[in-house]
Amino acid sequence: MNNGMNFDLSEKQALMRKLFREFAEKEVKPLAAEIDEEERFPIENVKKMAEIGMMGIPFESKYGGSDGDNLSYILAVEELSKVCATTGVILSAHTSLCCNPIYTYGTEEQKMKYLVPLAKGEKLGAFGLTEPNAGSDAAMQQTTAIKEGDYYKINGSKIFITNGGYADIYIIFAMTDKQKGTRGISAFIVEKGMEGFSIGKIEKKLGIHGSSTAELIFKDLYVPKENLLGQEGKGFGIAMSTLDGGRIGIAAQAVGIAQGALNETIKYTKERKQFGRPISAFQNTQFVIADLQTKIDAARLLVYRAAYLKDTNQNYTSEAAMAKLFAAEVAMETTTKAVQLHGGYGYTRDYPVERMFRDAKITEIYEGTSEIQRLVISNKLLK
Amino acid sequence: MNILVLLKQVPDTTEMQIDKETGTLIRTGVPTITNPDDLAGFEMALRIKDEKGAKVTCITMGPPQAKSMLRELYAMGADECILVSDPKFGGADTWATSNTLAAVIRQLDYDLIIAGRQAIDGDTAQVGPQTAEKLGIPQITYVDDILDITDEKIRVKKALENSYEVLECSLPCLITTLSTIATPRYMTVKGISHAFEKDIKVVTFNDIDIDPSIIGLKGSPTKVKKTFTKEAHKNSDVLELDPKTTARKIVETLIDFKFIGK
Repeated sequence: MNNGMNFDLSEKQALMRKLFREFAEKEVKPLAAEIDEEERFPIENVKKMAEIGMMGIPFESKYGGSDGDNLSYILAVEELSKVCATTGVILSAHTSLCCNPIYTYGTEEQKMKYLVPLAKGEKLGAFGLTEPNAGSDAAMQQTTAIKEGDYYKINGSKIFITNGGYADIYIIFAMTDKQKGTRGISAFIVEKGMEGFSIGKIEKKLGIHGSSTAELIFKDLYVPKENLLGQEGKGFGIAMSTLDGGRIGIAAQAVGIAQGALNETIKYTKERKQFGRPISAFQNTQFVIADLQTKIDAARLLVYRAAYLKDTNQNYTSEAAMAKLFAAEVAMETTTKAVQLHGGYGYTRDYPVERMFRDAKITEIYEGTSEIQRLVISNKLLK
Repeated sequence: MNILVLLKQVPDTTEMQIDKETGTLIRTGVPTITNPDDLAGFEMALRIKDEKGAKVTCITMGPPQAKSMLRELYAMGADECILVSDPKFGGADTWATSNTLAAVIRQLDYDLIIAGRQAIDGDTAQVGPQTAEKLGIPQITYVDDILDITDEKIRVKKALENSYEVLECSLPCLITTLSTIATPRYMTVKGISHAFEKDIKVVTFNDIDIDPSIIGLKGSPTKVKKTFTKEAHKNSDVLELDPKTTARKIVETLIDFKFIGK
């Protein structure tokens, strides 16, 4: 990066985007409507992403990664989400919420054992913080982890866990000391197949139908003490900083959804004729499209700024929150207007904007609702 | 085994537009791609490397902008990339191009040379065969599959108009490949991460031993007299007939135009 402002991607990042765009167009787009309709997890896409090194973009190759940067990873989520928001969030949850905390807080042994297969895409990752009574109020954890010898005995449950039904490795938060509030929360690495760990209800959702959103149930789950991630009692900080990074991913997903919907709309309005003219010839269409692209560009710049700050080891908590808040709202507005410009056809599943409209809503909710983002941003301003 | 692959960066002809006033191609702002036949040949080289082990060297002749293509080839798995570039080489026709390429290749070790059948911007299909002639090595054109390759010989399927020939040839030799021979792989993220650290060797006029009168525009016997856009003929006949008569009429017309035999 040069000394002044620079709005260009580097040659390397531009080539990354070219790869992700081509991959998304050829491999992901053809499946998008089908996995939505069938509510099916696109496991074949995940395998193909692993083959080209997309499951560990920002991690060093000694940890199984691809030696890329965070902005390149963000470009991947954006390009995937342009054609399929489900595939975008699978990558985002895996990378930001599972690989990243192991990379940041894990011991060398934990990285070798867990990050290497995750980053190579041999294993899929997930993150379990939310509980029925601990959503935005994440400190209200009821899942407990009691130390017994060389193990922690975990009891409780998690809900709404992205990649939940298909993941191999989970970052799970639990109370190791109920008296200490947020300072009593610890993070653990849990593997699929451990005795006492099972998958509960798979959610039926408004959008991102292909994403597996699951309940996780822990019943006397004994986790070896080596699987404690970071120090005991530091889990809440790990969760919050992990979500800071995750928000850039979700913001990129929102930008992708918005741009994808606008691209479809531009194509449609040039083809669709009413009153003897393509509807793109009407000023209403032109102005709506102009406003939307302007907002999408603004959102994208916020997202890239947050990723850049993370890449350059600067604080990005507030900037990630702004990026997610704004990009999610732009995704909602764009997809709503995209359906409107498609008219009746936009309300049918014959056109992808119907799916994009349903997919957009979740970006205002998960990994911190828009209201939580406003709290994060204003807390910094008013402190 | 050393495999050399000859590739060309070409304008993406699917994105090409014609200047209506001058009748020439609008080249500015047109995205470039790696010529499809060449890229398929490169994929075959990578498959040989994956299966048997080989060093794959990519060679392209063109302006400095062609480096962007070579970065992509590194990201796909090329071991070495060479850019043959000098203003003196510019404006070359196929004869001058193959003279230049042959002079570069004479300095290299090779067992197999792969070139795409033809480039989508010129469609001559001449550079590969001419290069083989000038190097004095055997060649097989229109290769649609490599059936076997050892250190001594190669066995391939060569496409003919409506059949195939299976041919065997001793190495070293040159083959030209069809785009149908293989679907090129994707770049990898890690490949891109390291593609920009790799060296692109630039070969200029001073690096090779060649008579300046047989290269570049001056050394090109081909002279372009005129370029023009083919005009569409609109004098079609519209006939309304019953199905049986229609079928007969179609067959007769096809015979008249010698699209099919009697």
